[in-house]
Formats: sequence, structure tokens, C-alpha cells
Amino acid sequence: MSDERTLDLLETKIEELKQLNAMDGIDLSGEITKLEKKLVELRRKLYSNLSDWERVKIARNPKRPYALDYIKLMFDGFYEIHGDRMIGDDRALLTGLAQLDGRTVMLVAQQKGRTTEENKERYFGMTRPQGYRKAVRAMKLAERFSFPVVTLIDTPGAYPGVESEASNIGGAIAESLLAMSQLRTPIVSVVIGEGGSGGALAIGLADRVLMLENAVYSVITPEGAAAILWKEKDRSQEAAAALQLTAEHLLQLGLIDGVIPEPLGGAHKDFAMTVAALKPSVVGLLDELRSLGIDELLDARFRRYRAVGSFRELGTSHEASSSDEKVSSENEADAAIISNDSPDA
Amino acid sequence: MSIFKDKQYLRVNVDKAPDDSLWMKCKACGELVFKRRVRENSNICPSCGEYFFLTVEERIEMLVDADSFDNISKSIEADDPLHFVDRTSYQDRIEKAQGLTGLPDAIVVGRATITQSPVVLAVMDFRFIGGSMGSVMGEQICHGMETAIEDRCPFILVSSSGGARLQEGLFSLLQMAKTAAVRAKLAEAGLPFISIMTYPTSGGVQASIASLGDIIIAERGAMIGFAGRRVIQFTIAQELPADYQTDAFAFEHGAIDRVVQRANMREELSSLLGFFVEVA
Repeated sequence: MSDERTLDLLETKIEELKQLNAMDGIDLSGEITKLEKKLVELRRKLYSNLSDWERVKIARNPKRPYALDYIKLMFDGFYEIHGDRMIGDDRALLTGLAQLDGRTVMLVAQQKGRTTEENKERYFGMTRPQGYRKAVRAMKLAERFSFPVVTLIDTPGAYPGVESEASNIGGAIAESLLAMSQLRTPIVSVVIGEGGSGGALAIGLADRVLMLENAVYSVITPEGAAAILWKEKDRSQEAAAALQLTAEHLLQLGLIDGVIPEPLGGAHKDFAMTVAALKPSVVGLLDELRSLGIDELLDARFRRYRAVGSFRELGTSHEASSSDEKVSSENEADAAIISNDSPDA
Repeated sequence: MSIFKDKQYLRVNVDKAPDDSLWMKCKACGELVFKRRVRENSNICPSCGEYFFLTVEERIEMLVDADSFDNISKSIEADDPLHFVDRTSYQDRIEKAQGLTGLPDAIVVGRATITQSPVVLAVMDFRFIGGSMGSVMGEQICHGMETAIEDRCPFILVSSSGGARLQEGLFSLLQMAKTAAVRAKLAEAGLPFISIMTYPTSGGVQASIASLGDIIIAERGAMIGFAGRRVIQFTIAQELPADYQTDAFAFEHGAIDRVVQRANMREELSSLLGFFVEVA
């Protein structure tokens, strides 16, 4: 985004002016205040009108806080546990014990790399079968001691390729979903960046699901959808909009429980502020979930997933589609929320 | 579904529209073969042994006791929650697929017997938007498993799917979680789930319900895998072996229990169900 770069440039200039101001005793404070105001205004303008595609870009921004940044700022004493006890240790998915607000939790977190070296080690954040199997092992460990599980989701997708298939990546994802659906301890999931399809959902079957404001969560990448459905890769922007993959859309569709606000410009502008917004939400949700009896918790989790889906009685299609045409764009979200109510729920 | 036409897979042909001609040309061997003989031969080319797709009706007929199938599918269809439009609207795609197949969506669920053993059977139809799993398929699979729990009988799922239905976005993805959650109930009830993977069983279907069978059987010629060949070449540009994601590959790597010829599948199920008579 070139606009983003312009704003960063302006920010640097203001910093320079501030230094000048301090050094030479020339009073530039009036100018500086004016420019700072202008910067905030411009940034607000730029970020109040983000397209879905621009949010995809922010969600993938390598400056964005990654799992380890949250682990450092939001949790205490992370004690990492390694390995799936079968094949190896996936560095794209980290597991371990930590304290959150003075209480022990099990962390299951997808970690991308920032440097080339780190990306090589972490497979660009793409989880492999040994990662999902390690996650299941960690979650079952948590269950034995009634530690709640917090998962941090951030992956372009599960790692495709021969070695993954040879270790049954699909089966590993399926087994993780099955395990989470029955896990007798609370689970809270947070999509902190990219929620890439089955590779993300595999650690996202939870009692509560939160998303950061600029995170995305989708059945397929916009590029993949453009290639398959539009047969043109450069239709990714349209695909991003059609997939309704932003936190705001998914909240409106009733598919997630909450959206955590990010600092203006994105979470990478201020890690501490992002954590300050996220931490109380997670702590609050865990308190709420802990107060439920375990059977009650599992019942509610089951009902949540049993009810998910959007369909209608057979044969109502003609009326429905003609009435849909009358629905104005503002009402579309409402219509979708209504249709989200499963007849079975 | 051009994504499955890669030459290195065992090729299969979808009859786009029924026609009245008596002969068909096998796209694998180029031989002109008599259609009735193809049908009598389990929809396998009598000349070269190539497997052709089965429609839901053909598949059910091949597996269950004659006239035993009772369609119990819920009376529902896709409702386009995202108002999705790509080159064409999702609504149009659904209507076209319904017209082509005569089905409300890509799956049919019913009660049946296999050599007198009662089962609940769910069968996917690849002709319906690539057998993709959206909200309707997820609901029908759960309905099937819940019926099996009520009836105290085994559940059998025949998969033929490219994966999650993209046009329903996250609703489709979450069907993986939904079917897994209900599958857990079937296990709690102590009832067997037999998963049959046919050409193709991939993406979100392979990474959820299809891989959660107590017993997983692949039909000979099945393509089994998570990420399609094109996705892999697009994402990590890896060279792929010729047998990649074939039934043999899945079997060799321990992802499935058995590989069975199409013509033997009913007999296979019959003997397998025999072991569970006392359970169900």
C-alpha cells in the first residue's frame, strides 16, 4: 500500500522535526502538533475504509505481531513442550504451558517466521501433520489437569506436499477436530493473523472464537478462489470481498464471538496496545467458561457446532431468490444472520 | 472440474448429460464400447478396465439389497448465505447442478440393508459442484449419523468430493468441525462408521469426516489427499511423484485400511458388517 508508506514517511519526518526542536532550541512545537494531528487524521481516513483485500494484506504483514510476541507480552513463563512423539517437532506450531493472569493454560500457537532462515525452519507458518499431532497431545495433557486451552491461529494453511501427504495431513487435521470436539476442558481460539482454511480450523474448534480486527479467516485464500472460480489470479480482490473473510463480516454472519480492536494502522503499529485489548477478553472468556460445569460446557460446544450451517427448505428457492433481490445492501448482513439460524438449533 | 483432469491420475469421465446413444467412447483407451456392457461391468470400461463415475443412484444400487434403499435425506437445499457471485452466481450453479443431477445437493442419505444388515448409507455425487461440502452436505451427513444412532446400526459414507464448497465460505469450512462433532456421538454410542473413499476424496472432506472412519476402504482408482496437485505446485512448486495421492500411495503410507475393486465392494461391506452384528 503506497498510502501506508506515505504516512510512515510523514511519521519519520515528524520524528526528525522533534529532534531538531530539542536540539536547536527553535520552537517547532506548533508545527509538530499540527502535523501529528494531520497524521492521525490521514491514518484514520486510510484505515476507516479498508477493503477486504487490504485487510488480507495487513493480516499477512510480516511486521505484525506473531504468536511468540503474544506469548511474550500476554503470558508469563512460557514452558514449551516439543514433539509429537512420532515423527518430530513442527516449528510452525508451538505448544506449551504458560500463565495467563496467574493461572495455568495450555498454549497451542501457530508461528510464522520473519527472516528467511526462520521461515525455512517454520515452513512459512504452514503446519505439518506432526504439528497437529503435537497439538492433540498438548490438548490431551491439558485435559488431564483441567488446564484451559488457548489457541492462537496464524497460518496460510496446512503444509501441502509429498511429505505431508505421506504422513496423512488430512487425517491429522480430522483427528484434531475430533479431539477438540470432545476435549473436557475449556478452549478459546484467537485468529491473530491469517486463518488459512483447514490448517487453521484444525486448532480452531473452540468454545469461543475471537478474531483480531484485521485478521482474516477463510475456506480458501483469495488467490486460490480467484484461480479456481474466476480462472484468473488477478481477481483476488474480488474474491476476497466475495468470501466475506474479515472479522467484521464473520461476526455479522454469527460465525465468531468477538472482534478485538487493533491500533490505527494495524496491530504492528503498537504491540502493547493490541495485547492490552486482547488479554482481558481472553481472561474474561476463560473465567466465564470455567464457571460452567464440564458437561454443560461440552453440551454447549456440541450445540454450537451441530447448529452451524445455512440452508433452506427445499423448493423455496424461487421466492427466496426474488425476495433477495429486493434486500438492500445494508440489509444483506441481517438477512444472512437470519438464514444462519439452523432449523435444527 | 478441470482441476482433476491431470493426466497422471487415473482418468475418469463424467457424463455431462445423459444421451440416448447405445455406444460410448472410452476416453482412456479410445475404444468404442457398448454402453450396456459398461453398465453391466460396474461402469468400468470392458476394454481397458478404466473406472467411470457412478451417479448416486448407480452407487446405491451397487451396494445395497435390491429395493431396500429408503431415501431419508432432509428436505433442504443451499441458500447462498454470502450471496456469492464469481463468473456466475452460486444460485445459478446450484440450479444447474440440480437440473443436471436431479438432486437437491451433492449427497443422498438413506436407510438400507446390505445382505439383510440394516445400515444408514450416505453417498456423494461428484457431478454436483464437484461433490463439494457446504452446509447442506454437512447437515445431511450429521442427519445420517444421528439416524444410525437412533436405529442402532452402522453408518456408511461413500465420499466423492473435491472438498469444501468455496461459495459458502467459512460456513463450508465449519462443516468439517460439525461433522467431526457428530461423529464423536456415533463413537460414544458404540456404533461403527465405515468410510469409503472413491475418486476423488480430497480437501475438507478428506481432512474431516472421511478420514474419521473406524474402517476406511478405498475404491480402486480413488484419488485421496488433502491438497490438490495444482495447489501444491502453486504454493511450494514441488515435483510430485506419479503415484501421488493414488489409492496405492494412501495404502502404502498407512492412511487407509484396504483397497477394494468396485465390483467387490458390496461383498466387502457384507463381510465387514458381519463382524459388527453383535455391536449394532
